[in-house]
Amino acid sequence: MCDTCGCGQPENKVTITVPGSEPVDPREHTHTHGGITYTHTHDHEAGHTHDHGDDHDHLQSKEIIVGQDILTRNNLLAERNRGFFEACNILVLNLVSSPGSGKTVFLERTLRDMTGIPYTIIEGDQQTMNDAMRIKETGAPVVQINTGTGCHLDAEMIHKALKVLKPADDSVLFIENVGNLVCPALFDLGENYRVVIMSVTEGEDKPLKYPTMFRSSHLCVINKMDLLPYVDFDLDKARSYAAQVNPHLKFFEVSAKTGQGMNLWYDWLKNTRTLMASTG
Amino acid sequence: MHELSIALEIIDIAEEHAHKAHALSVTEIELEIGELSGVEMEALDFALEVAVKDTMLSGAKRTVDKVPGQARCNDCMHEFPVDDLFTPCPVCHGFNTSIIRGQELRIKSLFVNEI
Repeated sequence: MCDTCGCGQPENKVTITVPGSEPVDPREHTHTHGGITYTHTHDHEAGHTHDHGDDHDHLQSKEIIVGQDILTRNNLLAERNRGFFEACNILVLNLVSSPGSGKTVFLERTLRDMTGIPYTIIEGDQQTMNDAMRIKETGAPVVQINTGTGCHLDAEMIHKALKVLKPADDSVLFIENVGNLVCPALFDLGENYRVVIMSVTEGEDKPLKYPTMFRSSHLCVINKMDLLPYVDFDLDKARSYAAQVNPHLKFFEVSAKTGQGMNLWYDWLKNTRTLMASTG
Repeated sequence: MHELSIALEIIDIAEEHAHKAHALSVTEIELEIGELSGVEMEALDFALEVAVKDTMLSGAKRTVDKVPGQARCNDCMHEFPVDDLFTPCPVCHGFNTSIIRGQELRIKSLFVNEI
């Protein structure tokens, strides 16, 4: 069974692909952990069957205290990623949003405008190389993770993608997560900053509807500001809702299409890199 | 549907512990899921029901200890119950709060059969 949706279709496995190359199989054990079929062969030596009936008076019940966080494995791998990033002084930003909020345009514009910084990009989508191909056009090294039916990137996928991408010291890594404001919230990738992007074509109550994501983010980009005169989006309310969920959020109001407001974001990026270089 | 990923992690961890104890099967699993954890209980239950098939947890009873949310105001240090992530402090009305309980995602214990 597929570990991301339970659909039982093996073709839905995760792939990591550099544009123009064949996909590499990032984790051939993806489909082993959930789909393990335990045949109990180790017990059959004892000559009994496995009907688990009440006549198994030789079976003893025992309690095992586990006390383990369910996300332990992801969290440990995320910390491992974080250690690598810290050692190489790589600034890592995890971009999260609903589908269609303009993450890729925001990224493309940033890469084209803010030259002189070594970038690498990890694109996350369920299917297609489309976003990776767009990013490749900017000249930045990029790998595409296709999650199949999976709804989020996890730390292991990033770990595997890094081996393909090999980001340089002092570079900036953008991770464009799968467009989804729910599932990626729980999966730490090892990033320095989580950037939640919403657009004025969405409802201003997105922060209240998806509070886990807004709570766990550091920056909030409100995109498509050029469309504000044509939509019913209440900007003050949106900011107020987001600040209720997370008073520490830093806001950027931009139009990635026209470039409006992007300078403040670029300043933040520059200043954060400078700060990292001086404290690194 | 990240609940299925969560369900598969639960099964992985439970089987690891059961194997270590040389158990034959898991008869019961006790989870601790915070009400503010970002996991939908119904979706998780559905995912577990599907995912335990052909594992040591097949047929295991699932008990979930739901942990209600509790927040602490970072400004006045007042502690208060919450059922969402944006309830202001009832004393100083600020939103600068930390969730101190209710985000748990833990496996508490297993009951296993052994020879």
